[in-house]
Amino acid sequence: MNSGSSNSRLLLDGITKSYPGCLANDNISIDVKAGSIHAILGENGAGKSTLMKIIYGVVKPDSGKLLWEGQETTINAPIDARELGIGMVFQHFSLFQTLSVVENIALGLDQRSSSDMDRLAKRIIEVSTKYGMPLEPHRLVHTLSTGERQRVEIVRCLIQDIKLLILDEPTSVLTPQEVDSLFDTLRQLADEGSSILFISHKLKEIQSLCDSATVLRAGRVSGSCVPSDESTTSMARMMVGDETQIGSEYPNAKNDMPDFLSINQLNVATTDIFGVDLKNISFAAKQGEILGIAGVAGNGQSELLSVLSGETQLEGFNIITFPDADLTQSNPMQRRACGMGFVPEDRLGHGAVPDMSLRDNALLTGFLQGLISRGFVNQSATENFSKTIIDQFDVKCGGNNSLAKSLSGGNLQKFIIGREILQTPRCLIAAHPTWGVDVGAATSIHKALIALRDQGASILIISEDIDELFTISDRICALFDGQLSPIKPTNATSIEEVGSWMAGVFGRQQAA
Amino acid sequence: MRIKLEARGQQSKLMSYASPILAALLTLICGAFLFWMLGKSPMQALHTFLIMPISDPYRIAELLVKAGPIVLCAMGLSICFRANIWNIGAEGQLLMGGLVGSCAALALLDSQGIWVLPLILVAGILGGMAWAAIPAFLKNYFNTNEILSTIMLNYISLNILLHGVHGPLKDPNGFNFPESALFSDWQTMPILLEGTRLHLGVSFALLAMVGVWVLMSKTFIGFQIKVLGGDERSAHFAGFKHKRLVWFCLLLCGGLAGLAGVGEVTGPIGQLVPNISPGYGYAAIIVAFLGRLHPLGILFAGLLMALLYMGGEMVQIHLDLPLAVTGVFQGMLLLFLLICDVLIGYRIIVHKSAPKIVKQSLSIEPPAVAIEGK
Repeated sequence: MNSGSSNSRLLLDGITKSYPGCLANDNISIDVKAGSIHAILGENGAGKSTLMKIIYGVVKPDSGKLLWEGQETTINAPIDARELGIGMVFQHFSLFQTLSVVENIALGLDQRSSSDMDRLAKRIIEVSTKYGMPLEPHRLVHTLSTGERQRVEIVRCLIQDIKLLILDEPTSVLTPQEVDSLFDTLRQLADEGSSILFISHKLKEIQSLCDSATVLRAGRVSGSCVPSDESTTSMARMMVGDETQIGSEYPNAKNDMPDFLSINQLNVATTDIFGVDLKNISFAAKQGEILGIAGVAGNGQSELLSVLSGETQLEGFNIITFPDADLTQSNPMQRRACGMGFVPEDRLGHGAVPDMSLRDNALLTGFLQGLISRGFVNQSATENFSKTIIDQFDVKCGGNNSLAKSLSGGNLQKFIIGREILQTPRCLIAAHPTWGVDVGAATSIHKALIALRDQGASILIISEDIDELFTISDRICALFDGQLSPIKPTNATSIEEVGSWMAGVFGRQQAA
Repeated sequence: MRIKLEARGQQSKLMSYASPILAALLTLICGAFLFWMLGKSPMQALHTFLIMPISDPYRIAELLVKAGPIVLCAMGLSICFRANIWNIGAEGQLLMGGLVGSCAALALLDSQGIWVLPLILVAGILGGMAWAAIPAFLKNYFNTNEILSTIMLNYISLNILLHGVHGPLKDPNGFNFPESALFSDWQTMPILLEGTRLHLGVSFALLAMVGVWVLMSKTFIGFQIKVLGGDERSAHFAGFKHKRLVWFCLLLCGGLAGLAGVGEVTGPIGQLVPNISPGYGYAAIIVAFLGRLHPLGILFAGLLMALLYMGGEMVQIHLDLPLAVTGVFQGMLLLFLLICDVLIGYRIIVHKSAPKIVKQSLSIEPPAVAIEGK
């Protein structure tokens, strides 16, 4: 597999980069061999992204050396990196939705190779079939699935001679089946001599794919290993340190509880040209249970959330009932008054106002908790509420006067989750509740959710992280193309089955 | 040497206060240059323009009389701007306030009593509110851009006012001058300071300042307005009623501008005339931003703006310069403010090295072109 593995493709020596108030990379040294698949493992905020940006020339290191095939090199800009043969697939795709595949790829190339679109289209077909990622060059990007969009990003790198491919959390947007086929492609590339840097915090994937791994923690290398020689627990230890509790098993809820939140025959046509229509969705979340909704992003999750929170106005009757009241036409404030709480997908600019302090952001949805008297804001109650959130959910910030935008994604997530949980809703609807938070914090958020469930709340979790859903859900289902799969108790199904639901393999349209 | 703007990463609090002062200084410097170009002594001209208007108590009172309506309008505008509602229509709302207030005054011309003036003021306020209700309605139900609708309504209200003074509201005994009858003592604002024109209406500006401050910093509705302006999606998520907030902001601003208008016709003017405002409603836009949308800041900015109006008259009288000098200074002030505001988000970096073509500048960093939507 590793032909010529003694040759170093990329050697980082003592890379250090600091930002004001934060040492993102501290003396990091990594050796990536030619033809190897090397994992960079670490929690959010461990410094993985900064390191990749340094390699790709987006960020300049404060000190340290970078050796490319044995030669000391400085990479000043992504164009330098591309000339060397470094390609990068970002976590958030950089594609123009209204352009076709070939146009998007041409944008990343120099003038010479992008002028002849027909030849480029042929080359795209050639490359994409060779690596088992078929693409139609003339399709518009917004008609592609997330997995196909990722292929465009990868093919864009492969179309030039690639020596090092960097993938930043590539599997978070894929179904389990798509992950397998991506791994086949990556193995094929490595066999041909390309090196691959695979950034992830999913230990099982790293074990099955990577030849070597470097673990980062708080900006430093906390260990290197051969993943196949390690257990997932030992790698997790390297990732989070000794003090943090790693995951735990949660007892399932009793399943004889009555229906609490019911959705009946929900059909919503989207107003967004890139949106997804919701088709004939019916389900009921029981009192005292966690219902998980899996699915790859862009299959109707945001539309469903917006309908449930009341941001999308519905017409009709008895489509949404909770527990017995008809909430179909009610607005978000009325739903909150009924005891519902919401955690939206986007932290900043949806769940929190970027330019407002945490105190004001606590008031944003907490105003029904006695923070308002006769139209005036009760300053001290608001102060206390925001402080309680910060304390109980261990939000790292410079006090409740910090602006929401100054917090890291994970910390803001803890704040928003805490804000909703501390209002003890009778029904909590949360998107990606542990998105971007570290393992320790994820565990405490899970515990808080379980505690809320055990108090009799109904909790609906919409997440792309199938492992998380299997950890905390009592029942699980998947959303695909705006339609809901069957719902099964978590212990009566498997990751494979839910994975196939995520890919749309269930008796669709039958329920009508 | 190469000069470059570099993002600060974080907005500078210091610069957000320093920027208006810097803008005022730059306006002074360019103003001095302008006077020099016109063949006047810059120092003498600046003295006439800026110092003479506040050189005796009568003139200071005049300054306050001019600042009153500007500050009232700017207070209302600041609430709209905080909510990201770009109301450019304070001028029209002011004119409508003056017009409707005048109609009420003329209808009550023979009435006497302490209740007459309050009634006229309420009529003026309602006039301004009604005029602001039009863009609010259009915005809420037809998603009309309020910038366009309010600007257009400014011209419409001016023409309605002109129609009024040239037609039905013209004083029958006024020798065909386009003016209404003079209001009676019961219908005009009491003078606060004997020997000046400082009238009761000016104190409304101070009341409005306190009211706006309480509204924006203490009340829940003020909080909702700030959220709406800060992040519309979050406001929607929290369940704040967008349409009601649009109504509230525009009607409040219309009411304050209407009060400013009726304060002019019942105050220093004392009748309805074709030009009751020398652009106070437009000047208030500059004042609102110069004052950083903060009530106290607006008060100071309003005084400065009034000084420019007074100064314009002074240089006209003493130096034979056109009144347009006022407009030029207003324009420079706004322009320099906008320029200086760049420094809130950016800092200037001066590189000593000779300019060279850097490869870096040619590349596009992939994250910068990210367009992935949902």
